[in-house]
Amino acid sequence: MYEHNGDRYFVVDSHMHYWNAAPDNWVPGAEQYAKGWIECFYAYMGLGPPETHWSIEKFMKYSEDDLMKDVFEDGHVDVAVFQPTYLTEWYKEGFNTTERNATMGQRHPGKFIYNTRWDPRDGEEGLRQLRHNVETYGSKGVKLYTAEWRQGSRGWKLSDPETYKYLDACQDLGIVNIHVHKGPTIWPLDKDAFDHADVDHAATDFPDLNFIVEHAGIPRIDDFCFMATQEPNVYAGLSVVIGGLMHARPNFFAKVMGELAFWVGEDKMTFGSDYGIWEPKWQIEGFVDWDYPDTEAFADYPRITTASKKKMLGLNAAKLYGIEVPEECRLPEDRGTPAASDDARLVSGA
Amino acid sequence: MILASAQDRVLAALEAVRDPELDEPITRLGFVSSCTISAEGDVQVRLRLPTYFCAPNFAFLMVADAHDVVSALDGVRSAQIVLEEHFASEAINAGVASRAGFARSFPGEAQDELHQLRSDFVRKAVLAGTDVVCRSLLSEGTDPSALASMTLGEAPPSPDRERLRARRAELGLPVDDASPLVVDPATGYAVGGDDLPLHLRRAQSTRVGVEANTGICRGMLRHRYESAGLGEENR
Repeated sequence: MYEHNGDRYFVVDSHMHYWNAAPDNWVPGAEQYAKGWIECFYAYMGLGPPETHWSIEKFMKYSEDDLMKDVFEDGHVDVAVFQPTYLTEWYKEGFNTTERNATMGQRHPGKFIYNTRWDPRDGEEGLRQLRHNVETYGSKGVKLYTAEWRQGSRGWKLSDPETYKYLDACQDLGIVNIHVHKGPTIWPLDKDAFDHADVDHAATDFPDLNFIVEHAGIPRIDDFCFMATQEPNVYAGLSVVIGGLMHARPNFFAKVMGELAFWVGEDKMTFGSDYGIWEPKWQIEGFVDWDYPDTEAFADYPRITTASKKKMLGLNAAKLYGIEVPEECRLPEDRGTPAASDDARLVSGA
Repeated sequence: MILASAQDRVLAALEAVRDPELDEPITRLGFVSSCTISAEGDVQVRLRLPTYFCAPNFAFLMVADAHDVVSALDGVRSAQIVLEEHFASEAINAGVASRAGFARSFPGEAQDELHQLRSDFVRKAVLAGTDVVCRSLLSEGTDPSALASMTLGEAPPSPDRERLRARRAELGLPVDDASPLVVDPATGYAVGGDDLPLHLRRAQSTRVGVEANTGICRGMLRHRYESAGLGEENR
Protein backbone atom coordinates (compact mmCIF):
# COMPACT_ATOMS: atom_id res chain seq x y z
CA MET A 1 0.00 0.00 0.00
CA TYR A 2 1.12 3.51 -0.73
CA GLU A 3 -0.10 6.34 1.47
CA HIS A 4 0.23 9.90 0.31
CA ASN A 5 -1.52 13.09 1.47
CA GLY A 6 -3.94 10.98 3.49
CA ASP A 7 -4.95 8.82 0.51
CA ARG A 8 -4.33 5.10 0.58
CA TYR A 9 -3.52 3.32 -2.67
CA PHE A 10 -3.81 -0.45 -2.86
CA VAL A 11 -1.16 -1.44 -5.40
CA VAL A 12 -1.33 -4.43 -7.72
CA ASP A 13 1.72 -4.73 -9.93
CA SER A 14 0.04 -6.62 -12.73
CA HIS A 15 3.07 -7.10 -14.93
CA MET A 16 6.49 -8.04 -13.50
CA HIS A 17 9.20 -10.65 -13.90
CA TYR A 18 11.83 -12.78 -12.21
CA TRP A 19 14.26 -13.75 -14.97
CA ASN A 20 17.66 -15.30 -15.47
CA ALA A 21 19.33 -13.92 -18.58
CA ALA A 22 22.93 -14.43 -17.44
CA PRO A 23 25.43 -16.21 -19.72
CA ASP A 24 25.05 -19.47 -17.73
CA ASN A 25 21.51 -19.70 -19.14
CA TRP A 26 22.29 -18.95 -22.80
CA VAL A 27 21.64 -21.70 -25.35
CA PRO A 28 24.85 -22.59 -27.20
CA GLY A 29 24.61 -21.32 -30.76
CA ALA A 30 21.95 -18.74 -29.86
CA GLU A 31 24.19 -16.56 -27.69
CA GLN A 32 23.85 -13.52 -29.91
CA TYR A 33 20.06 -13.55 -29.53
CA ALA A 34 20.13 -14.18 -25.78
CA LYS A 35 22.63 -11.37 -25.35
CA GLY A 36 20.85 -9.07 -27.81
CA TRP A 37 17.53 -9.64 -26.05
CA ILE A 38 18.69 -8.75 -22.54
CA GLU A 39 20.71 -5.79 -23.81
CA CYS A 40 17.59 -4.55 -25.57
CA PHE A 41 15.70 -4.79 -22.25
CA TYR A 42 18.58 -3.04 -20.52
CA ALA A 43 18.29 -0.09 -22.88
CA TYR A 44 14.72 0.36 -21.65
CA MET A 45 16.02 0.70 -18.10
CA GLY A 46 17.93 3.73 -19.39
CA LEU A 47 14.59 5.53 -19.75
CA GLY A 48 14.08 5.55 -15.97
CA PRO A 49 15.71 7.99 -13.49
CA PRO A 50 19.52 7.54 -13.42
CA GLU A 51 19.60 6.81 -9.69
CA THR A 52 17.45 3.70 -10.31
CA HIS A 53 19.74 2.17 -12.96
CA TRP A 54 21.49 -1.14 -12.22
CA SER A 55 24.69 -2.69 -13.54
CA ILE A 56 24.19 -5.03 -16.52
CA GLU A 57 25.35 -7.90 -14.29
CA LYS A 58 22.55 -7.36 -11.76
CA PHE A 59 20.12 -6.74 -14.62
CA MET A 60 20.88 -10.11 -16.18
CA LYS A 61 20.25 -12.01 -12.95
CA TYR A 62 18.82 -10.28 -9.88
CA SER A 63 18.17 -12.19 -6.68
CA GLU A 64 15.05 -13.12 -4.75
CA ASP A 65 16.14 -10.67 -2.03
CA ASP A 66 16.54 -7.89 -4.60
CA LEU A 67 13.03 -8.52 -5.87
CA MET A 68 11.36 -8.69 -2.46
CA LYS A 69 13.03 -5.45 -1.39
CA ASP A 70 12.51 -3.52 -4.64
CA VAL A 71 8.91 -4.58 -5.19
CA PHE A 72 7.38 -4.99 -1.72
CA GLU A 73 9.60 -3.46 0.95
CA ASP A 74 10.54 -0.28 -0.93
CA GLY A 75 8.13 -0.52 -3.84
CA HIS A 76 4.71 -0.20 -2.12
CA VAL A 77 3.29 -3.21 -4.00
CA ASP A 78 0.61 -5.29 -2.22
CA VAL A 79 0.19 -8.09 -4.74
CA ALA A 80 2.34 -8.77 -7.80
CA VAL A 81 1.40 -10.76 -10.89
CA PHE A 82 4.23 -12.80 -12.41
CA GLN A 83 4.11 -12.78 -16.18
CA PRO A 84 6.27 -15.52 -17.64
CA THR A 85 8.28 -15.21 -20.83
CA TYR A 86 9.76 -18.52 -21.95
CA LEU A 87 12.10 -17.81 -24.90
CA THR A 88 13.45 -21.35 -24.61
CA GLU A 89 15.06 -21.10 -28.05
CA TRP A 90 17.59 -18.68 -26.54
CA TYR A 91 17.62 -19.44 -22.78
CA LYS A 92 18.30 -22.99 -21.54
CA GLU A 93 15.88 -22.90 -18.59
CA GLY A 94 13.69 -20.28 -20.22
CA PHE A 95 13.87 -16.55 -19.58
CA ASN A 96 11.35 -16.60 -16.71
CA THR A 97 9.06 -19.59 -16.54
CA THR A 98 5.91 -20.19 -14.49
CA GLU A 99 7.84 -22.80 -12.54
CA ARG A 100 10.79 -20.51 -11.73
CA ASN A 101 8.37 -17.78 -10.63
CA ALA A 102 6.28 -20.11 -8.48
CA THR A 103 9.29 -21.82 -6.86
CA MET A 104 10.38 -18.42 -5.62
CA GLY A 105 6.93 -17.03 -4.89
CA GLN A 106 5.80 -19.96 -2.76
CA ARG A 107 8.24 -18.82 -0.09
CA HIS A 108 6.17 -15.61 0.23
CA PRO A 109 2.51 -16.63 0.62
CA GLY A 110 -0.11 -14.12 -0.49
CA LYS A 111 2.30 -11.86 -2.33
CA PHE A 112 2.17 -13.29 -5.83
CA ILE A 113 -0.20 -14.44 -8.53
CA TYR A 114 1.33 -16.93 -10.95
CA ASN A 115 0.22 -16.40 -14.47
CA THR A 116 1.21 -19.02 -16.96
CA ARG A 117 1.52 -19.03 -20.73
CA TRP A 118 0.82 -21.10 -23.79
CA ASP A 119 1.77 -21.20 -27.40
CA PRO A 120 -0.71 -22.58 -29.94
CA ARG A 121 2.15 -24.21 -31.84
CA ASP A 122 2.52 -26.70 -28.96
CA GLY A 123 -0.70 -28.51 -29.95
CA GLU A 124 -2.17 -31.19 -27.64
CA GLU A 125 0.92 -31.39 -25.44
CA GLY A 126 0.66 -27.67 -24.78
CA LEU A 127 -2.97 -28.04 -23.72
CA ARG A 128 -1.97 -30.76 -21.24
CA GLN A 129 0.78 -28.52 -19.88
CA LEU A 130 -1.66 -25.63 -19.52
CA ARG A 131 -4.04 -27.83 -17.52
CA HIS A 132 -1.15 -28.97 -15.34
CA ASN A 133 -0.02 -25.39 -14.69
CA VAL A 134 -3.50 -24.24 -13.75
CA GLU A 135 -3.88 -27.16 -11.34
CA THR A 136 -0.39 -26.70 -9.86
CA TYR A 137 -0.10 -22.94 -9.63
CA GLY A 138 -3.73 -21.80 -9.62
CA SER A 139 -3.17 -19.56 -12.63
CA LYS A 140 -6.03 -17.21 -13.47
CA GLY A 141 -4.22 -15.45 -16.25
CA VAL A 142 -1.78 -16.05 -19.06
CA LYS A 143 0.86 -13.97 -20.77
CA LEU A 144 0.98 -14.48 -24.49
CA TYR A 145 3.92 -13.53 -26.55
CA THR A 146 2.90 -13.68 -30.17
CA ALA A 147 6.38 -12.80 -31.38
CA GLU A 148 8.17 -15.78 -29.86
CA TRP A 149 10.38 -17.65 -32.32
CA ARG A 150 9.99 -21.40 -32.47
CA GLN A 151 11.96 -23.74 -34.69
CA GLY A 152 11.89 -21.50 -37.71
CA SER A 153 8.35 -20.23 -37.05
CA ARG A 154 8.52 -16.56 -36.18
CA GLY A 155 5.31 -15.71 -34.41
CA TRP A 156 1.56 -16.41 -34.48
CA LYS A 157 -1.76 -14.64 -34.22
CA LEU A 158 -4.58 -14.62 -31.67
CA SER A 159 -7.04 -15.25 -34.47
CA ASP A 160 -5.41 -18.50 -35.64
CA PRO A 161 -7.73 -21.56 -35.40
CA GLU A 162 -5.16 -23.33 -33.22
CA THR A 163 -5.20 -20.35 -30.85
CA TYR A 164 -8.97 -20.59 -30.47
CA LYS A 165 -8.59 -24.12 -29.04
CA TYR A 166 -6.43 -22.65 -26.31
CA LEU A 167 -8.81 -19.78 -25.65
CA ASP A 168 -11.62 -22.35 -25.33
CA ALA A 169 -9.44 -24.27 -22.88
CA CYS A 170 -8.82 -21.10 -20.87
CA GLN A 171 -12.55 -20.61 -20.44
CA ASP A 172 -12.98 -24.24 -19.34
CA LEU A 173 -10.11 -24.02 -16.85
CA GLY A 174 -11.21 -20.76 -15.23
CA ILE A 175 -8.53 -18.53 -16.74
CA VAL A 176 -10.05 -15.11 -17.21
CA ASN A 177 -7.21 -12.70 -17.99
CA ILE A 178 -5.30 -12.88 -21.25
CA HIS A 179 -2.29 -10.54 -21.19
CA VAL A 180 -1.00 -9.98 -24.69
CA HIS A 181 2.32 -8.55 -25.67
CA LYS A 182 2.00 -7.25 -29.20
CA GLY A 183 5.62 -7.56 -30.19
CA PRO A 184 6.94 -7.56 -33.71
CA THR A 185 6.11 -11.02 -35.04
CA ILE A 186 8.64 -11.45 -37.78
CA TRP A 187 6.47 -13.27 -40.30
CA PRO A 188 5.48 -12.22 -42.82
CA LEU A 189 8.23 -9.70 -42.66
CA ASP A 190 6.85 -7.40 -45.32
CA LYS A 191 3.80 -6.45 -43.25
CA ASP A 192 3.49 -4.21 -40.23
CA ALA A 193 4.07 -6.84 -37.62
CA PHE A 194 2.45 -4.92 -34.77
CA ASP A 195 -1.06 -5.27 -36.17
CA HIS A 196 -3.83 -5.47 -33.51
CA ALA A 197 -6.55 -6.93 -35.71
CA ASP A 198 -6.11 -10.40 -34.20
CA VAL A 199 -6.82 -9.09 -30.68
CA ASP A 200 -9.96 -7.48 -32.05
CA HIS A 201 -11.20 -10.79 -33.49
CA ALA A 202 -10.43 -12.83 -30.40
CA ALA A 203 -11.96 -10.26 -28.02
CA THR A 204 -15.18 -10.28 -30.03
CA ASP A 205 -15.36 -14.07 -30.16
CA PHE A 206 -14.49 -14.58 -26.46
CA PRO A 207 -16.54 -11.93 -24.64
CA ASP A 208 -16.05 -13.62 -21.23
CA LEU A 209 -12.26 -13.29 -21.35
CA ASN A 210 -10.45 -10.04 -20.54
CA PHE A 211 -7.73 -9.07 -22.98
CA ILE A 212 -5.10 -6.85 -21.40
CA VAL A 213 -2.84 -5.48 -24.11
CA GLU A 214 0.47 -4.80 -22.40
CA HIS A 215 2.39 -1.64 -23.11
CA ALA A 216 -0.93 -0.28 -24.44
CA GLY A 217 0.08 -1.43 -27.88
CA ILE A 218 3.34 0.55 -28.04
CA PRO A 219 4.56 1.16 -30.72
CA ARG A 220 1.03 1.27 -32.18
CA ILE A 221 -0.84 3.17 -29.49
CA ASP A 222 -3.17 4.78 -32.02
CA ASP A 223 -4.18 1.47 -33.61
CA PHE A 224 -4.62 -0.03 -30.15
CA CYS A 225 -6.89 2.82 -29.03
CA PHE A 226 -9.11 2.60 -32.11
CA MET A 227 -9.47 -1.14 -31.56
CA ALA A 228 -9.89 -1.07 -27.77
CA THR A 229 -12.59 1.55 -27.87
CA GLN A 230 -14.86 -0.86 -29.72
CA GLU A 231 -14.26 -3.88 -27.49
CA PRO A 232 -15.69 -3.84 -23.95
CA ASN A 233 -13.29 -6.59 -22.80
CA VAL A 234 -10.00 -5.01 -23.95
CA TYR A 235 -7.80 -3.32 -21.34
CA ALA A 236 -4.65 -1.20 -21.52
CA GLY A 237 -1.67 -2.52 -19.56
CA LEU A 238 0.40 0.47 -18.48
CA SER A 239 3.71 -1.39 -18.29
CA VAL A 240 6.30 0.56 -20.33
CA VAL A 241 3.87 3.50 -20.59
CA ILE A 242 4.73 4.75 -17.10
CA GLY A 243 8.22 3.24 -16.88
CA GLY A 244 9.35 4.22 -20.34
CA LEU A 245 7.78 7.63 -20.76
CA MET A 246 6.91 9.31 -17.45
CA HIS A 247 10.51 10.19 -16.58
CA ALA A 248 12.19 10.22 -20.00
CA ARG A 249 9.48 11.96 -22.02
CA PRO A 250 7.02 13.63 -19.62
CA ASN A 251 5.23 15.59 -22.31
CA PHE A 252 4.55 12.52 -24.46
CA PHE A 253 3.63 10.57 -21.34
CA ALA A 254 0.90 13.11 -20.59
CA LYS A 255 -0.43 12.84 -24.12
CA VAL A 256 -0.42 9.05 -24.10
CA MET A 257 -2.25 8.97 -20.76
CA GLY A 258 -4.76 11.44 -22.14
CA GLU A 259 -5.35 9.36 -25.25
CA LEU A 260 -5.80 6.18 -23.20
CA ALA A 261 -8.15 7.90 -20.75
CA PHE A 262 -10.19 9.18 -23.69
CA TRP A 263 -10.42 6.04 -25.83
CA VAL A 264 -10.07 3.24 -23.28
CA GLY A 265 -11.11 4.87 -20.00
CA GLU A 266 -9.74 4.92 -16.44
CA ASP A 267 -11.62 1.77 -15.46
CA LYS A 268 -9.67 -0.23 -18.01
CA MET A 269 -6.08 0.82 -17.41
CA THR A 270 -3.86 -1.34 -15.19
CA PHE A 271 -0.49 -0.57 -13.65
CA GLY A 272 2.46 -2.87 -14.25
CA SER A 273 6.03 -1.95 -13.33
CA ASP A 274 7.70 -4.37 -15.73
CA TYR A 275 10.20 -5.11 -12.95
CA GLY A 276 13.20 -5.86 -13.38
CA ILE A 277 13.24 -3.38 -16.25
CA TRP A 278 12.19 -0.68 -13.81
CA GLU A 279 11.59 -0.61 -10.05
CA PRO A 280 7.99 0.14 -9.02
CA LYS A 281 8.83 2.71 -6.31
CA TRP A 282 9.60 5.71 -8.50
CA GLN A 283 6.81 4.82 -10.92
CA ILE A 284 4.12 4.70 -8.22
CA GLU A 285 5.29 7.74 -6.29
CA GLY A 286 5.77 9.72 -9.48
CA PHE A 287 2.40 8.75 -10.91
CA VAL A 288 0.51 9.63 -7.72
CA ASP A 289 2.14 13.11 -7.88
CA TRP A 290 1.57 13.44 -11.60
CA ASP A 291 -0.90 15.66 -13.42
CA TYR A 292 -1.17 17.00 -16.96
CA PRO A 293 0.94 20.06 -17.72
CA ASP A 294 -1.21 23.12 -17.21
CA THR A 295 -1.41 24.14 -20.86
CA GLU A 296 -4.15 24.31 -23.43
CA ALA A 297 -2.80 21.28 -25.31
CA PHE A 298 -4.00 19.03 -22.49
CA ALA A 299 -7.23 20.80 -21.61
CA ASP A 300 -9.50 18.46 -23.60
CA TYR A 301 -8.28 15.19 -22.11
CA PRO A 302 -10.34 13.48 -19.40
CA ARG A 303 -9.05 14.46 -15.94
CA ILE A 304 -7.03 11.85 -14.08
CA THR A 305 -8.01 12.21 -10.44
CA THR A 306 -6.95 10.54 -7.21
CA ALA A 307 -9.81 8.09 -7.73
CA SER A 308 -8.60 7.40 -11.30
CA LYS A 309 -5.11 6.68 -10.01
CA LYS A 310 -6.43 4.36 -7.30
CA LYS A 311 -8.18 2.35 -10.00
CA MET A 312 -5.19 2.24 -12.31
CA LEU A 313 -2.64 1.41 -9.62
CA GLY A 314 -4.59 -1.44 -8.10
CA LEU A 315 -8.36 -1.51 -7.95
CA ASN A 316 -8.89 -2.42 -11.60
CA ALA A 317 -6.42 -5.30 -11.50
CA ALA A 318 -7.76 -6.42 -8.10
CA LYS A 319 -11.17 -6.74 -9.72
CA LEU A 320 -9.80 -8.68 -12.70
CA TYR A 321 -7.97 -11.10 -10.40
CA GLY A 322 -10.50 -11.28 -7.57
CA ILE A 323 -8.10 -9.84 -4.98
CA GLU A 324 -9.69 -8.65 -1.73
CA VAL A 325 -9.05 -4.93 -1.21
CA PRO A 326 -8.84 -3.62 2.39
CA GLU A 327 -11.79 -1.43 3.34
CA GLU A 328 -9.70 1.74 3.76
CA CYS A 329 -8.37 1.47 0.19
CA ARG A 330 -11.72 1.07 -1.58
CA LEU A 331 -13.53 3.82 -3.42
CA PRO A 332 -16.94 5.17 -2.51
CA GLU A 333 -19.53 3.68 -4.84
CA ASP A 334 -20.20 6.94 -6.63
CA ARG A 335 -16.63 6.99 -7.96
CA GLY A 336 -17.38 4.33 -10.54
CA THR A 337 -16.72 0.65 -10.76
CA PRO A 338 -13.15 -0.53 -11.16
CA ALA A 339 -12.56 -2.60 -14.29
CA ALA A 340 -16.08 -1.84 -15.51
CA SER A 341 -16.40 -3.21 -19.01
CA ASP A 342 -18.86 -0.56 -20.15
CA ASP A 343 -16.39 2.28 -19.87
CA ALA A 344 -15.22 2.11 -23.45
CA ARG A 345 -16.24 5.07 -25.53
CA LEU A 346 -17.86 3.87 -28.70
CA VAL A 347 -16.35 5.44 -31.75
CA SER A 348 -19.71 6.65 -32.96
CA GLY A 349 -20.16 8.67 -29.78
CA ALA A 350 -16.69 10.19 -29.75
CA MET B 1 35.13 14.37 -54.87
CA ILE B 2 36.79 17.03 -52.74
CA LEU B 3 36.99 15.47 -49.31
CA ALA B 4 36.33 18.51 -47.13
CA SER B 5 32.86 19.05 -48.45
CA ALA B 6 32.20 15.50 -49.58
CA GLN B 7 30.97 14.32 -46.20
CA ASP B 8 28.63 17.29 -45.98
CA ARG B 9 27.20 16.38 -49.36
CA VAL B 10 26.67 12.76 -48.34
CA LEU B 11 25.02 13.81 -45.08
CA ALA B 12 22.83 16.30 -46.91
CA ALA B 13 21.73 13.49 -49.21
CA LEU B 14 21.00 11.24 -46.23
CA GLU B 15 18.67 13.94 -44.87
CA ALA B 16 16.23 12.65 -47.48
CA VAL B 17 16.21 9.17 -45.96
CA ARG B 18 13.57 8.85 -43.28
CA ASP B 19 12.71 6.26 -40.71
CA PRO B 20 9.38 5.28 -42.32
CA GLU B 21 7.71 4.77 -38.97
CA LEU B 22 9.00 7.84 -37.13
CA ASP B 23 8.88 10.08 -40.22
CA GLU B 24 12.19 11.77 -39.37
CA PRO B 25 15.52 11.82 -41.28
CA ILE B 26 17.94 9.11 -40.16
CA THR B 27 20.61 11.78 -39.70
CA ARG B 28 18.61 13.76 -37.16
CA LEU B 29 17.57 10.58 -35.35
CA GLY B 30 21.24 9.73 -34.80
CA PHE B 31 21.19 6.57 -36.93
CA VAL B 32 24.30 7.51 -39.00
CA SER B 33 27.30 6.38 -37.00
CA SER B 34 30.04 7.13 -39.53
CA CYS B 35 30.74 8.10 -43.11
CA THR B 36 34.05 7.54 -44.87
CA ILE B 37 34.93 8.62 -48.39
CA SER B 38 38.01 7.63 -50.36
CA ALA B 39 39.79 9.94 -52.77
CA GLU B 40 38.38 7.85 -55.61
CA GLY B 41 34.79 8.38 -54.46
CA ASP B 42 34.12 5.10 -52.67
CA VAL B 43 31.67 5.89 -49.88
CA GLN B 44 30.92 3.78 -46.84
CA VAL B 45 28.08 4.82 -44.52
CA ARG B 46 27.50 2.90 -41.31
CA LEU B 47 24.05 2.94 -39.76
CA ARG B 48 22.92 1.99 -36.24
CA LEU B 49 19.50 1.57 -34.65
CA PRO B 50 18.09 1.88 -31.11
CA THR B 51 17.98 -1.90 -30.50
CA TYR B 52 19.28 -5.21 -31.80
CA PHE B 53 15.69 -6.23 -32.55
CA CYS B 54 14.33 -3.18 -34.38
CA ALA B 55 11.88 -4.25 -37.09
CA PRO B 56 13.93 -5.61 -40.02
CA ASN B 57 11.48 -4.41 -42.66
CA PHE B 58 11.91 -0.78 -41.64
CA ALA B 59 15.65 -1.30 -41.29
CA PHE B 60 15.82 -2.67 -44.82
CA LEU B 61 14.00 0.36 -46.21
CA MET B 62 16.42 2.76 -44.53
CA VAL B 63 19.51 0.89 -45.73
CA ALA B 64 18.15 0.62 -49.28
CA ASP B 65 17.09 4.27 -49.40
CA ALA B 66 20.51 5.35 -48.10
CA HIS B 67 22.14 3.27 -50.81
CA ASP B 68 20.00 4.94 -53.47
CA VAL B 69 20.64 8.55 -52.42
CA VAL B 70 24.38 8.10 -51.91
CA SER B 71 24.83 6.21 -55.19
CA ALA B 72 23.07 9.00 -57.05
CA LEU B 73 25.55 11.69 -55.93
CA ASP B 74 27.96 13.13 -58.49
CA GLY B 75 31.47 11.82 -57.98
CA VAL B 76 30.47 8.70 -56.07
CA ARG B 77 32.07 5.62 -57.61
CA SER B 78 30.62 3.11 -55.18
CA ALA B 79 28.35 3.21 -52.16
CA GLN B 80 28.36 0.68 -49.36
CA ILE B 81 25.81 0.95 -46.56
CA VAL B 82 26.47 -1.15 -43.48
CA LEU B 83 23.85 -1.73 -40.81
CA GLU B 84 25.66 -2.46 -37.54
CA GLU B 85 24.73 -4.62 -34.56
CA HIS B 86 21.32 -5.82 -35.69
CA PHE B 87 20.09 -9.40 -35.69
CA ALA B 88 19.39 -9.22 -39.44
CA SER B 89 22.45 -7.11 -40.41
CA GLU B 90 23.92 -9.78 -42.62
CA ALA B 91 20.81 -10.42 -44.70
CA ILE B 92 19.99 -6.73 -45.02
CA ASN B 93 23.49 -5.55 -45.92
CA ALA B 94 23.99 -8.32 -48.46
CA GLY B 95 20.50 -7.87 -49.91
CA VAL B 96 20.89 -4.14 -50.42
CA ALA B 97 24.43 -4.48 -51.79
CA SER B 98 23.31 -6.97 -54.41
CA ARG B 99 20.11 -5.02 -55.09
CA ALA B 100 18.21 -8.21 -54.44
CA GLY B 101 15.10 -6.46 -53.19
CA PHE B 102 13.42 -7.28 -49.92
CA ALA B 103 11.57 -10.50 -50.67
CA ARG B 104 14.69 -12.13 -52.15
CA SER B 105 16.81 -10.99 -49.20
CA PHE B 106 14.51 -12.87 -46.81
CA PRO B 107 13.51 -15.96 -48.77
CA GLY B 108 10.45 -17.64 -47.31
CA GLU B 109 9.80 -14.90 -44.78
CA ALA B 110 8.34 -12.21 -46.97
CA GLN B 111 6.09 -12.37 -49.98
CA ASP B 112 6.22 -8.82 -51.28
CA GLU B 113 8.37 -5.76 -51.51
CA LEU B 114 7.77 -3.03 -48.97
CA HIS B 115 5.80 -0.46 -50.98
CA GLN B 116 2.57 -1.21 -49.14
CA LEU B 117 4.26 -0.98 -45.75
CA ARG B 118 5.83 2.32 -46.67
CA SER B 119 2.58 3.86 -47.89
CA ASP B 120 0.73 2.68 -44.75
CA PHE B 121 3.14 4.78 -42.73
CA VAL B 122 3.04 7.75 -45.05
CA ARG B 123 -0.73 7.71 -44.47
CA LYS B 124 -0.05 7.91 -40.75
CA ALA B 125 2.34 10.79 -41.44
CA VAL B 126 -0.43 12.60 -43.34
CA LEU B 127 -2.82 12.10 -40.44
CA ALA B 128 -0.25 13.27 -37.89
CA GLY B 129 0.69 16.25 -40.08
CA THR B 130 -2.98 17.17 -40.43
CA ASP B 131 -3.21 17.34 -36.66
CA VAL B 132 -0.14 19.57 -36.47
CA VAL B 133 -1.50 22.06 -39.00
CA CYS B 134 -5.11 22.04 -37.77
CA ARG B 135 -4.16 22.28 -34.11
CA SER B 136 -2.23 25.46 -34.68
CA LEU B 137 -5.16 26.90 -36.64
CA LEU B 138 -7.55 26.05 -33.81
CA SER B 139 -5.32 27.55 -31.16
CA GLU B 140 -5.22 30.75 -33.18
CA GLY B 141 -8.99 30.94 -33.02
CA THR B 142 -10.22 29.20 -36.17
CA ASP B 143 -13.68 27.76 -35.61
CA PRO B 144 -13.53 23.94 -35.77
CA SER B 145 -16.45 23.80 -38.18
CA ALA B 146 -14.59 26.05 -40.61
CA LEU B 147 -11.83 23.50 -41.15
CA ALA B 148 -14.01 21.32 -43.35
CA SER B 149 -14.30 23.97 -46.04
CA MET B 150 -10.76 25.35 -45.83
CA THR B 151 -8.15 24.76 -48.50
CA LEU B 152 -4.51 23.85 -48.06
CA GLY B 153 -3.56 27.29 -49.35
CA GLU B 154 -5.68 28.98 -46.68
CA ALA B 155 -3.60 27.48 -43.90
CA PRO B 156 -0.83 29.93 -43.00
CA PRO B 157 2.48 29.17 -44.75
CA SER B 158 4.73 27.15 -42.44
CA PRO B 159 7.25 24.30 -42.56
CA ASP B 160 4.54 22.06 -41.08
CA ARG B 161 2.17 22.86 -43.94
CA GLU B 162 4.85 22.14 -46.55
CA ARG B 163 5.75 18.91 -44.84
CA LEU B 164 2.10 17.87 -44.95
CA ARG B 165 1.98 18.81 -48.63
CA ALA B 166 5.10 16.74 -49.32
CA ARG B 167 3.66 13.65 -47.59
CA ARG B 168 0.40 14.03 -49.50
CA ALA B 169 2.41 14.21 -52.73
CA GLU B 170 4.11 10.92 -51.91
CA LEU B 171 0.72 9.22 -51.75
CA GLY B 172 -0.56 10.93 -54.89
CA LEU B 173 -3.09 12.94 -52.89
CA PRO B 174 -4.08 16.45 -54.02
CA VAL B 175 -1.45 19.04 -53.09
CA ASP B 176 -2.33 22.31 -54.81
CA ASP B 177 -3.37 25.32 -52.77
CA ALA B 178 -7.00 24.92 -53.83
CA SER B 179 -7.24 21.34 -52.57
CA PRO B 180 -9.07 20.64 -49.30
CA LEU B 181 -7.07 21.12 -46.11
CA VAL B 182 -8.35 17.91 -44.55
CA VAL B 183 -8.43 14.87 -46.82
CA ASP B 184 -8.93 11.20 -46.15
CA PRO B 185 -5.44 9.78 -46.71
CA ALA B 186 -6.91 6.57 -48.10
CA THR B 187 -9.07 8.19 -50.77
CA GLY B 188 -7.89 11.78 -51.18
CA TYR B 189 -11.44 13.10 -50.79
CA ALA B 190 -12.26 15.97 -48.48
CA VAL B 191 -13.46 14.91 -45.03
CA GLY B 192 -16.98 16.23 -44.59
CA GLY B 193 -18.18 18.32 -41.66
CA ASP B 194 -19.96 15.43 -39.93
CA ASP B 195 -16.94 13.19 -40.02
CA LEU B 196 -14.44 15.90 -39.22
CA PRO B 197 -14.44 15.79 -35.38
CA LEU B 198 -13.72 12.06 -35.26
CA HIS B 199 -11.20 12.33 -38.09
CA LEU B 200 -9.28 15.02 -36.25
CA ARG B 201 -9.50 13.08 -33.00
CA ARG B 202 -7.91 10.10 -34.72
CA ALA B 203 -5.32 12.34 -36.35
CA GLN B 204 -4.37 13.57 -32.89
CA SER B 205 -3.99 10.00 -31.57
CA THR B 206 -1.85 9.05 -34.55
CA ARG B 207 0.43 12.00 -33.91
CA VAL B 208 0.72 11.12 -30.23
CA GLY B 209 1.60 7.54 -31.19
CA VAL B 210 4.33 8.62 -33.61
CA GLU B 211 5.75 11.12 -31.14
CA ALA B 212 5.77 8.61 -28.29
CA ASN B 213 7.60 6.07 -30.46
CA THR B 214 10.12 8.67 -31.51
CA GLY B 215 10.72 9.58 -27.87
CA ILE B 216 11.29 5.96 -26.87
CA CYS B 217 13.57 5.27 -29.86
CA ARG B 218 15.70 8.36 -29.22
CA GLY B 219 16.00 7.50 -25.53
CA MET B 220 17.08 3.93 -26.23
CA LEU B 221 19.59 4.98 -28.90
CA ARG B 222 21.16 7.35 -26.42
CA HIS B 223 21.42 4.59 -23.86
CA ARG B 224 22.92 2.17 -26.41
CA TYR B 225 25.48 4.55 -27.92
CA GLU B 226 27.39 7.15 -25.96
CA SER B 227 28.48 9.27 -28.90
CA ALA B 228 26.18 11.33 -31.09
CA GLY B 229 25.46 10.22 -34.64
CA LEU B 230 26.46 12.38 -37.62
CA GLY B 231 23.82 15.07 -37.88
CA GLU B 232 21.96 13.92 -34.75
CA GLU B 233 19.80 16.60 -33.18
CA ASN B 234 18.67 17.15 -29.59
CA ARG B 235 20.95 14.58 -28.02
